[in-house]
Parts: sequence; C-alpha cells; structure tokens
Amino acid sequence: MPEVVAGRRNLISQYVGQPGGLLKALHVLQDDAEANFLSPRDVELVATVFGVPTAAVWGTATFYSLYSTVPRGRHIIRVCENAPCHVVGAQDILAALSTQLCIAPSETTPDGRFTLEVTSCLGVCGVAPAIMIGNSVHGNLTKEKLPAILAEYR
Amino acid sequence: MKYYRAHALVCSGTNCALKNCHAVKQDLLEELAKHELLSEVKVVDTGCLGWCELGPSMVIYPEGVMYSRLTGRDMPEIVSEHLLKGRFVPRLMTQGTDTLGLLAPLNMTPFFGKQQRVVLKNCGLINPERLEDYVQTGGYTSLATVLDQYSPEDVIAKVTEAGLRGRGGAGFPTGKKWAYTRQATGEKKYLICNADEGEPGTFKDRLILEGDPHLIIEGMSIAAYAVGAKSGIIYIRGEYDLSIKRMSLAIKQARENGLLGSNVLGSDFSFDIEVCAGAGAYVCGEETALIESIEGRRGEPRIKPPYPAERGLYGLPTCVNNVETLANVPAIIENSPLWFRSLGTTNSAGTKVFTLTGNIVNSGLIEVPMGITLREIIYEIGGGIPHGRKFKMAQTGGTSGGCLAEAHLDIPMDYDSLSRHGSSLGSGALLIMDDSHCILDLTRCFLKFFVHESCGQCTPCREGTPALYQLINALIEGRGDKSTIELIHRLARTMQDSSLCALGQTAPIPVVSALRYFWPEIEGHMQGSCAVDKCFASKGEVRR
Repeated sequence: MPEVVAGRRNLISQYVGQPGGLLKALHVLQDDAEANFLSPRDVELVATVFGVPTAAVWGTATFYSLYSTVPRGRHIIRVCENAPCHVVGAQDILAALSTQLCIAPSETTPDGRFTLEVTSCLGVCGVAPAIMIGNSVHGNLTKEKLPAILAEYR
Repeated sequence: MKYYRAHALVCSGTNCALKNCHAVKQDLLEELAKHELLSEVKVVDTGCLGWCELGPSMVIYPEGVMYSRLTGRDMPEIVSEHLLKGRFVPRLMTQGTDTLGLLAPLNMTPFFGKQQRVVLKNCGLINPERLEDYVQTGGYTSLATVLDQYSPEDVIAKVTEAGLRGRGGAGFPTGKKWAYTRQATGEKKYLICNADEGEPGTFKDRLILEGDPHLIIEGMSIAAYAVGAKSGIIYIRGEYDLSIKRMSLAIKQARENGLLGSNVLGSDFSFDIEVCAGAGAYVCGEETALIESIEGRRGEPRIKPPYPAERGLYGLPTCVNNVETLANVPAIIENSPLWFRSLGTTNSAGTKVFTLTGNIVNSGLIEVPMGITLREIIYEIGGGIPHGRKFKMAQTGGTSGGCLAEAHLDIPMDYDSLSRHGSSLGSGALLIMDDSHCILDLTRCFLKFFVHESCGQCTPCREGTPALYQLINALIEGRGDKSTIELIHRLARTMQDSSLCALGQTAPIPVVSALRYFWPEIEGHMQGSCAVDKCFASKGEVRR
C-alpha cells in the first residue's frame, strides 16, 4: 500500500506551484484511477502534497463536472442537452442511450462499462446532436447510429 | 525546397474529425501511392474550413475545388479523375461549373462570398501543426515589428485607435483593459488567454485554436509586451482535447525557435506561455472565476472591484482576453488601425466570427464584417431553413442572449444594435430555430442550463435560476396565469440588479425577450393551447 501512495504522489508532485497545477493533479489522479473517480484518499493526498486544507480540495473536486467523487464506469458518456442540441433532437438521443444501456442519467451499467452523464455544451454544435465518450466526440447522431458507436467501447 | 503540382487540403478540425476525415485522408494517401503520385501531390491536414455541415471536406489547389461529404470510397475517383486526368468530379463538388465547364471560384459561393476572413484567414489553408506554414503566411512579422519599432504605449494606442472590443461576450474595449493593466503597479504581471469557451452554441475559439494556434501565441505575445507581462497562461476547456494538444505543440515549437522564452527574437522582451486545462464549469468563462480556477479553487467569481487589471491571478495585475480578441491583434499591427476600423461599423470595428447552429442548412463557422444583418447570415450564408419549414426565431450571443423574431431579421449584427433590442452579440453563437418549436419549451431548455451551471455562490442566481425554471414550467403545464408573468418579471429584475456576476445577470435575458417578442404564444399557453402542440402532456396531447 505505501508504494501505491508513493506512486500516486509522484504522479502529481511536479504540479505543485504551477498555475492550474491543482486541477491538473486532480485530472491525473482521476485518469489513473480504475473507476474513473477521485477517492477520499486521492483528495487527502492532493491536500497534503499541495499544502492546502482537505476541505478546500473537496470543494474543488466537487465543483467541476469533469471530476467525480463516486466510482464510475470505464467509459463516461456525456450527452449534451443544451439548446443547439435540444432543437435537433438531443432528448431522443438521451432516451435511446438510457434504454439501450438500461440505466438512468448519472448511473453506471452493472458491468462497470459505461456511466451516462448529462452535460452542458461540448462545443461541437456544428454537428449537433453530439455526445462525448471518454475523450472522443460523436456528432450528427441518430438513434440508429448509437448501437454501432457503443460497440466500439466494449 | 520541394515543389508539388497539387495540394490536397483535408480539414482536420474536430467537426470533420468526428465524421472520419482521418480515414478519408488515409485512403487518399493510399490511392496516391498506388498511382505513384505522392511526390507530386501534397496532402495537408488543415484547420476548420467552416462549412461543417458538409464535412469531411477537402480543397484541391491550384484549382481551388472543394469536395464535400467525402468517404474513403470517393478517393479512387478523385485521384484518377482530378489528380491524374485533370477532370473535376462534379458529384462531390461544393461549387458549380458554368456551361463551359469553368469553375465558380470558392469565394464566389454564397457561403464564402459574404465572408471576410481576418481571424480565420489561415484556417483551412495551413497545417496548424507546422510553424513553417504559419511563418510562410507572414506569421510573427507583427510581433517582430512591435518588438523592433514600437513601445508598449504605441501598441496600446494602436489597439485603442482600432476600436477593438472584447470578443468573448462583454465587448469591453481591449485598449482600455491593456492600459489599466500597464498602469497597475506590481512586480509581476500576468496575461491570460480565456479559452474556456462554454457558451452553448459557441465553438469558434476551439476551431481557431485547432486551425491556427500560432496566431494566438503571436497575439498573446504582443498583448503581454503591451501590458508588461512576462508570464502567460492559456486556460482551455478540459473537453477541448485537440485544442490542448495543438496549442501545447505550437508552444513547444515557438520555444524551440526563440519565439517564446527569454529574449524573444533577440529583443529585451521575455515571455512564456503555459497551458491550463479546465475541468468543466461554464462560470469559469467569467474572468475572476477563471482566475480562482487557475489558483486551484472552486470557480466562484470574485467581487469586483478590484478588477483583475489591479488584483488578478495570485493578487497580481492580470489582463484576461478572449481567444478571438487576441487573434485580431496581429492583423491590426500589420494592416493599421484605420484598416481595422474600415471593417464593421462605427462602434463595432472589425469582423466577428459566428457559429451557426440549430435549424439551418449550413451549420458551421463563419467570419463576417460587423453590421451584417441577421437575414444575410441566415438566408445567404446559412442557406436558409431546412426541410421546407419557416424561420421562427434566432437567439444571438448564446444561451445568455436574447430571442429575436422575424421582425428583427434586418437589424445589424453589432454590439449596440443588438443590445438596443434586448439581446447581445455575446460570443457570436447564433442559434436558429424553425416553426416546429415551442417558445416555452426552448425557454425552459435555456433555464435548465443556468440551473445546472449557476455556481451557487450568490443567492439571486442560485435561487433565482431554479425559480425561473419552475415558473416557466408552470406555464408549460398550463398552471400559469397573469401573476406568474408578473413574478417572472420581478424575479428577472432582481437577478439582473443583484447577481454577483454576468451569469446571474444575463440568465433572465432569454426569458424576458421571449415574453416580449413571443407574447401571443405565451398568452395562448395560459388559455390552454400550445401553438405547436408540444406542451400539456398531462392533458393527453402528443408531446414530442
């Protein structure tokens, strides 16, 4: 166990004192975690390494939508439901994903493969309706295209 | 230097990338190899061409033929016909030919014809991952001119004279902001480029960063020289993967070539830039929230004054400028403030990049002189409303902007005209909606966004956004009456007057403008009828 903590400490110590360093550290720890989230131990670690109160790190970790403090699936599906996607049928996409994965927004599939999240604008409105899975964007979506896209992330 | 007889420019912006432009490029390369043309035809990855609706797209020069909606299967035909035999492939072409088979130039097409590209001049024409490409188009000459011939005060005077105003949303005069930061006392100053583009419907900064990252480095360097900053930070949305990669690569190239770091281009000026990735919060586009975020805290806006020019990042004088604002700076230095003023209108000089979304034929990225009418944008550049439907409304400036009706199609798109009509130029987002939509359903959608994105710090916004949502919802469900409308107006005024930052102050704008310009439709809901039969699900009517 101490080796694991030391390994994770090494991941983030280089960001101390950098502008935006704390956000970067949280990104790195979350990406490194198997269940795609920041555990209480991670938050504690960032607080120690950066020399700030644990409560402040909790504040930051829970403020931003790209961080999660509860375990999530391997692939995070983010569905935009803002106006530019809304007017071209985003609700249908969200409903279809929910049906196909048998989960409601912010839930994770029992096999730990996908977490479905509703998000604000992804900035690819030129190809709305759009979703992001992990770091990849998928646009010009129709219900029919979804099964093939999901199959890429087995 | 090697010469090629033809160049194939494949758009590799995010919008085309997710339509599989990389596979198209790969197939093109394979097909060229098959015909042993790789030494004659150069394939280049470029930034966004703007016509995202038609992606993946490619332009072949010297003819300037644009091919659209490409798949890998089209490559054998393009290579054997166009690149081998010199015959166009009409079925894939964007522009037409006349009876003699002569090509209509790309800039004569309705989409490009009305555009004037200053900020986007290199997007789609150069390889954004090569510094050499940027330098070949005259890149970094403005920075060299500034360092060689101008004092910081000269630069500020030029930008002030040009009348450049902030392109992120607020429209504050850039020259003034720079002068305040220059005059502030502090042992260290910061220059921040705000690329936390979160306004729904906006993706201009993303495509500028992806298409021409060195332009932003040059703009930031000139700004830093003017305000006296040695450290620069570009804060990019965490979701903008490709922007972060391209910007980081460009910074590395600039450092290796003496364009960033100590003694830039051999001068006394030293400046470097760090990339900072956001973590998903709309409010961080507000400059003081962005500063809090860089410091590692919750992105909650600070009370102003003091403004960042006086006390910003780590309590030091800081200048925060939007991507598009900085992208205009090299052109102002190169072409003179007078030239810049000749574009656009008296109080809104220059061009504006707009993103067209919603129910419009040509969705995508355009750049036009300020003062162009909404009608020209929608019907000439945008190609009108698809599926034979009618225009209903346009929301300018993103979700925090106002809703405009058909009667407003001829108002000029500039800061002052839009604000006179209760809307704003904002970030340049243009959401077009056809007559299949219900005004209240859309308004509820706008509010849902603000409920989600309110940071929760100040009461008017934290409590006001969900309350507004509930009031609109009551109207949608047929529970609204005159007192609901009165309450909406009172709440809107309270939020506009007393919210801490622009998020809470602007959240009521779409609601108020909807009530103002679509009143008959809203009144209809109070009498139990929805013009497009979307509402009143509980009454057994079909809700789509």
